[in-house]
Amino acid sequence: MKEEGKHKKAKKYGMVINLDECTGCGACMVACMAENNVPFKEDESNKLDSIAWMRVYKLTNGKSYPEADICYLPRPCMHCEGDHGHSPCVSVCPATATDYSHETGIVSQIYTRCFGCRYCMGACPYHARYFNWWDPVWPEGSTKYLSPNVSPRMRGVVEKCSFCFHRYQLAMDKAYFEGRTELEEDEYQTSCTQACPAGAITFGDLNNPEHKVHQLAKPDNKHGGRPGNPNVFRLLERLGTNPKVYYMSSREWVRRAGDNYLDNEDFAKNYRR
Amino acid sequence: MKIGRRSFLSFVVGGAAGTAITPLPWKLTDDSSIWSQNWPWTPVPPDGEYSQSDSVCTLCPGGCGITVRKVDDRVVKIEGMKGHPINDGGLCLMGLSGLQLLYGPTRVKTPLKRVGKRGEGKWEKISWDEAISEVTKKLADIRSNGESHAVGSIVDSESGTVPNLFKRFLTAYGSPNFMTMPSIQDSYGMTLQLMHGVSAQAGFDAENADFILSFGSGIIDGWGSPVRMFKANSAWKANGKKVVQIEPRLSNTAAKSDKWIPIKPGTEAALALGLANVIITNSLDSKKISQSTGFESFKKLVQNEYSTDKVSKITGINSATIVSLAKNFARASKPLAICGKGQGSIPGNLNEFMAVHALNALVGNINEDGGVWAVTETDYIKWPELEMDSVAESGMQKERIDGAGSEYPHAKSLLNRLAEVINSGDGSLEVIFVSGANPLYSMPDSKAMKTAFDSIPFVVSFSSYMDETAGNADLILPNHVYLERYEDVPTLAGLSKPIVGLTRPVVKPQFNTKHVGDVVMLIAKALGGGMADAFPWESYEACLKETLGVKWDVLVKKGFEFNGDKCILEGDFNFYPEAMKSLSNFSPVSVEGSVISYPLILIPYDSIRLANGYIGDPPFAIKAVEDTVLKDKNSCVEINPKTGKELGLTEGRYAFLHTPRGKAKVKVHLYEGIMPGIVALPRGLGHTAYDKYLAGKGCNFNELIGPTEDPVSGLDAAWGIRARLTKV
Repeated sequence: MKEEGKHKKAKKYGMVINLDECTGCGACMVACMAENNVPFKEDESNKLDSIAWMRVYKLTNGKSYPEADICYLPRPCMHCEGDHGHSPCVSVCPATATDYSHETGIVSQIYTRCFGCRYCMGACPYHARYFNWWDPVWPEGSTKYLSPNVSPRMRGVVEKCSFCFHRYQLAMDKAYFEGRTELEEDEYQTSCTQACPAGAITFGDLNNPEHKVHQLAKPDNKHGGRPGNPNVFRLLERLGTNPKVYYMSSREWVRRAGDNYLDNEDFAKNYRR
Repeated sequence: MKIGRRSFLSFVVGGAAGTAITPLPWKLTDDSSIWSQNWPWTPVPPDGEYSQSDSVCTLCPGGCGITVRKVDDRVVKIEGMKGHPINDGGLCLMGLSGLQLLYGPTRVKTPLKRVGKRGEGKWEKISWDEAISEVTKKLADIRSNGESHAVGSIVDSESGTVPNLFKRFLTAYGSPNFMTMPSIQDSYGMTLQLMHGVSAQAGFDAENADFILSFGSGIIDGWGSPVRMFKANSAWKANGKKVVQIEPRLSNTAAKSDKWIPIKPGTEAALALGLANVIITNSLDSKKISQSTGFESFKKLVQNEYSTDKVSKITGINSATIVSLAKNFARASKPLAICGKGQGSIPGNLNEFMAVHALNALVGNINEDGGVWAVTETDYIKWPELEMDSVAESGMQKERIDGAGSEYPHAKSLLNRLAEVINSGDGSLEVIFVSGANPLYSMPDSKAMKTAFDSIPFVVSFSSYMDETAGNADLILPNHVYLERYEDVPTLAGLSKPIVGLTRPVVKPQFNTKHVGDVVMLIAKALGGGMADAFPWESYEACLKETLGVKWDVLVKKGFEFNGDKCILEGDFNFYPEAMKSLSNFSPVSVEGSVISYPLILIPYDSIRLANGYIGDPPFAIKAVEDTVLKDKNSCVEINPKTGKELGLTEGRYAFLHTPRGKAKVKVHLYEGIMPGIVALPRGLGHTAYDKYLAGKGCNFNELIGPTEDPVSGLDAAWGIRARLTKV
């Protein structure tokens, strides 16, 4: 088994989100909540404590009427690889409750190990992590739709997007049962990817040149995975977090909004080889 | 005190003993371990056998296919059906949160009879037999008094077996008052009736169009069949097709379009005719159409009354933009113009619909790829001819309470007029049935609608949920939700190829509910005589099977029937029907209120994240609403920063929003994407019913606006109302 694993090429699951096609409809957010047993409270309008593994942000170009423009940006966990798996959150977790998998490139979150210090939330530059300040409460009868594939969380732990890791496990189980060790591209897709009515999200193995994500992002692994496609960018590229979620937009102001560039800065240079 | 060996030791021993006896440290240790460990009351969802089942979503008229994932007999997830011709795997957030409607706290679990005052929320649980005999007794009394026309019904649409059962029931009973919830389909249907002389719905081959000109239609905000439009939009993007959006606010659709052209609201018809003028003047019109009836008069109309300069003044769009837009539109190989604002819940101005349809005809896209087609009403409902008794016949002779067919000869149903007719004493109803609709929330001037309902002695709701209308009813006869029942779902919402879907019971009914079709038949049978004979079926399911005939097997197997053929829009096209004559002297659609007391204009906006029809937002959907739309318990209004400065209102300030119809407390959100002088308020908030996750949040736009009767159709054409914002 161990020998076999050695020869297998490591996967690097990632996402490309086409912001030209994203309509900001929020289906990804709800698909995620329904898939992952995400709880809800009576009032969710305080977005700082509203748990949303996937959150859609609204960007504006800062111009006045009628030159104003908006664009939506869905933000799951970026599953940062950092430098050889040193993602910002993994580096600070004192409990090994969150870890980087070199096999899949997915940053895990193990609720029963987490004791709620929230260092990881401080370390995450993307606000992708949420703390359970309260016990989740489902209204009477509503526990019936909870999925057995994802354990509901308790008060006092941190949670975040897992790239629907349970779907990977189920797909792998099926593959092993059928005597395979590799997955087809469409066998493992996240809930948000599947639900997106605009088809704006593409998910797959960034290391596999046959997968659409690789073809769209053209990641350069020698330079921290930065994209080779000029319309593709990542959030806070210059931090060196090496995120695995890529965004695509034909509008320059949107690509520029991906990091804190100075007004006259040539932001494209960060992507040039 | 001197501390000696003795006192020190007794302090330590006493302290140790005290610590051992007091529960506090143990409690703290226990608490801290509980804090960091699994708690017994955290649910552990039981595992079981996995299965899947296909069905159709009915939460909006879009008709998406769904696949539900089950673990034993629990449904744990709803997903879009792969390979379905409408949504092919994608699904909107309402469809995705459907399980919260199935298992959620807002269900009506058993027939309920009101015991307190109306709307007080005091109910008595009754059996189905009692409930049905209650209704039957009332109806029998009214009928024997010769007042059968004083019974009315409000349903969501006019197509499908359930609305037709209601219609048949009322006809056999002797009442013409079959009313439906309004939508742009009413206006499109009437446009085709007037300009083609056919009874059909407009279908759009949107996927194949290459230049889409939208007069405020929320292409990606829920217009038509929402997921289908999302997919079309993505295909346009991928293939470099052009979309131009015309509306005063930078909506999501406008932001995603290639060009956003702000327009003075209410002047869209003038723009359409102005574009027609440029097209004709530059001989860019389709040659085959110039032979059509009325073309010369139409030409004269646009050339005399809709010169570019004049239209520019009316619409506030500069002349160069109008000319280049018209040229680009006409020169595109497959241009398509659509209208119906936002999600299309307000029928709108008929002149605008006719002008836009004429524009389509002018560029020759009727019955062409990427153009306008027809979708005929469902043809599978062929029930035996009704034999009406004398009461039914005399009842059906009476005029409808809403004036459809009499005062407004082209209209089929004018629910927007009901409140005023009843409240002004021009008409009255004894009994009203409401099914699949929530008029007390979603009709304009919902407060007036409630007053009208208050004067109807017997209100019966068939709602599955405790919505506003159900909460104000005398009797609730709860229907199964769509995941618990068989029902045909004909989809007409702008599709160019008609599709019939079938919902099926993916779980057994969770509560003591009954299919509304069965209840209607049970009431008819209890009434006996001709009423019973009108419904020869044993049950709703038997009726459905018989009605669908050979389709049934296909539907049960696949979940939908779709032959992929477009329907030809037949009839002789008339460019300039009589009804269009009023356009010879353009006046914008009127807006209620005086400029002096209400200097601003309030318009609604639709978001796909907010449901504003029969269904209210389930908890997941309301959670996904942005904090610039809903914050704490307040709706946010959008105003231009310039308007904000004039009024001294800054971001996040509270303000009162006044209109001639009502007043609400709102939060201010400054938005550069809105025309100065306009206030925009989201539709879909301000529920008073449903559950605590939805009720009491924000304000209901419908409480602030009243209906405006379109002079030709009688349908509601109100796109906004005058308003004032004052500091709190």
